[in-house]
Amino acid sequence: MSGGHSAYVPKSGFGKWMDARLPLARLVYDSFVAYPVPRNLNNWYTFGAILSLMLIIQLITGIVLAMHYTPESTMAFASVEKIMRDVNYGWLLRYMHANGASFFFIAVYIHIFRGFYYGSYKNPREVLWILGVIIFILMMATGFMGYVLPWGQMSFWGATVITGFFTAIPIVGDSIHTLLLGGFAVDNPTLNRFFSLHYLLPFMIIGVVILHVWALHVTGQTNPTGVEVKSEQDTVPFTPYATMKDLLAMIVFMLVLAYFIFYMPNFLGHPDNYIEAQPLVTPAHIVPEWYYLPFYAILRAITFDIGIPFTDIVLINSKLGGVIAMFGSLLIFFVVPWLDTSKVRSAAYRPLFKQFFWIFVIVCVGLGWLGSKPAEGIYTTMSQIFTFWYFFHFIVILPVLGLVEKPKPIPASITEAVLAKTGNGDTSNANN
Amino acid sequence: MLTIDQRDTKVNTMKFSISRIAGIALAFGLAIAGNVQAAEQGDAAPTHFPIEQPKQVEWSFAGPFGKWDIGQLQRGLKIYTEVCAACHSLNKVSYRNLADLGYSEAQIKAYAAEYELPDEPNADGEIEDRPARPSDKFVGPYPNAEAAKAANNGAAPPDFSLLAKARAPLRGFPTFVFDVFTMYAENGPDYIYSLLTGYVDAPAGTEVPEGGSYNPYFIAGSSLAMAPPLSDGLITYEDGSPETVDQYAKDISAFMMWAAEPKLVERKSLGFKVMIFLLIFAGLLYFTKKRIWSSVKH
Repeated sequence: MSGGHSAYVPKSGFGKWMDARLPLARLVYDSFVAYPVPRNLNNWYTFGAILSLMLIIQLITGIVLAMHYTPESTMAFASVEKIMRDVNYGWLLRYMHANGASFFFIAVYIHIFRGFYYGSYKNPREVLWILGVIIFILMMATGFMGYVLPWGQMSFWGATVITGFFTAIPIVGDSIHTLLLGGFAVDNPTLNRFFSLHYLLPFMIIGVVILHVWALHVTGQTNPTGVEVKSEQDTVPFTPYATMKDLLAMIVFMLVLAYFIFYMPNFLGHPDNYIEAQPLVTPAHIVPEWYYLPFYAILRAITFDIGIPFTDIVLINSKLGGVIAMFGSLLIFFVVPWLDTSKVRSAAYRPLFKQFFWIFVIVCVGLGWLGSKPAEGIYTTMSQIFTFWYFFHFIVILPVLGLVEKPKPIPASITEAVLAKTGNGDTSNANN
Repeated sequence: MLTIDQRDTKVNTMKFSISRIAGIALAFGLAIAGNVQAAEQGDAAPTHFPIEQPKQVEWSFAGPFGKWDIGQLQRGLKIYTEVCAACHSLNKVSYRNLADLGYSEAQIKAYAAEYELPDEPNADGEIEDRPARPSDKFVGPYPNAEAAKAANNGAAPPDFSLLAKARAPLRGFPTFVFDVFTMYAENGPDYIYSLLTGYVDAPAGTEVPEGGSYNPYFIAGSSLAMAPPLSDGLITYEDGSPETVDQYAKDISAFMMWAAEPKLVERKSLGFKVMIFLLIFAGLLYFTKKRIWSSVKH
């Protein structure tokens, strides 16, 4: 797909015959063999490949699990235990799927923050970025619905709390809530539709992933310098260079995942989910899965009503305010390409942005920690400060930095940057 | 016992340093907060449970090469059968699963036959009781949840099947980070052991409700409805193990861990093979990648 030229030459007679009718081999060759990638990509750029692998693992384990699972509220919990005890390697499938979800999110968070650091969302990659945000939101919906399926205490109460957000929407909130649950409270109809959607959404994710990769192959990848590819010398062919690098990164990632699956499979889960859902017994602390905690903290940080000053008129009550803040914290990703006014992509040449980036990372991790704490006392105050900074970073810092920051000198090309780093005048072409 | 004492000291020292780190973090939080709220501390009645973090026991099934102590599981089953089963069901475990504990088919058959459950309707449409078979799940002490509640002042005793995974007090930051590296995943059995050995007289000023027993290790309050179930010499061991509350508590906790995670040993031994495979694979890939990239400056 590079520059519209295809380097594919069919070798066999069948290859030629097929190429004239359905050039699938050509598409694969151009996309994953000859496709030029910047020669200076570091390991943070391997998470796209890792995410593809995680999606495949989740699909395969999920489809097999669905063969043994019963989406019915009185049998769901027992069917999961049957998988754990009686299905051949059922324990492995379930632990892979549950920990796989966590690691899917670890990978996607690293992938997103890599994008923030290297300014991957900037012109001309806005659509690529937006497709990524859509994938992220679909992942969050899928993960949430999947967590409900084992029908444990946290499944049930998590579902009750999260779907309760929708009642905050004025006028239509209650109707949406009822439609979502299939009733007035979380019950068997909720479980049924969540199972159906949990099976559907991953295939929608695949669809958007295809668009995401397509958009990537149109614009080409960014790289740690943020300088666009200028000549063939700046690139290496995808195979074997990127393929081998991605494969190594995937296996190292699998190694960490395997450690959790086999040695601490319940570390990332909540013990209460080993208690079957009890609609009349509320757990002491309802917490979502760890990967939602920053957003949960933002939701709970809005403890005040917003109204017209010096009157009693409330425009947005605290509940609606929290929901707006939480969804806003996600939706703001969509406009990041236009909020960041700097023409320089990479944080490597933006000394001020680099510092604010790391502050932002700390704020996000801090919000995650606060999301796991009870919403009381000092935790609420800290959540409010961190939530404020979260939005301040996007709405004020990103636009203002681009105007006031003096970037460091940018290398003329990727090759120049690489040679400056390796300290050698050798200009050997990687494509030789 | 000695090892537990040593661990206690270790835990205390660690707690000390953790509280210092927490203190610094808190001070930092307060400073940036500006809006200072008095941190809950001091002599008020505890509001976070458990009051005491669980004691750490050395389990045979801990660590990467963990294995069941079959003798211990058999003793655990004996405790369950003679003491716990009077109130607690074990409804996710089948009698046939006792093969894991080294029992023969005939032994399991005989064990199951001691329990009765309602049969399928017979030719006349009547339902009679029949002895349990190895394929049946453990028969519980009560016919239904309402009966369990009615017999226990309104609070049904929890089922044992998953308790060793469902009761795990959260360890908090930063301890949970260290747990990843020490491979600490025995929160459940540690908790059960601590609870069973943790009954003490309530400190002055602590109110214990009627019929409750004070226990600082209880996860959801300062007292629980279950009176101390074990006492020295309560169960006779045939293998010469000490007949003490401490030993009983360890044995039943191990048994409950087996009941909650019967594939634990299988999981760890497969895990070792997978980890070795992935390590070698990663090593080979590393050198292949290095070789391929050696001609390109990057």
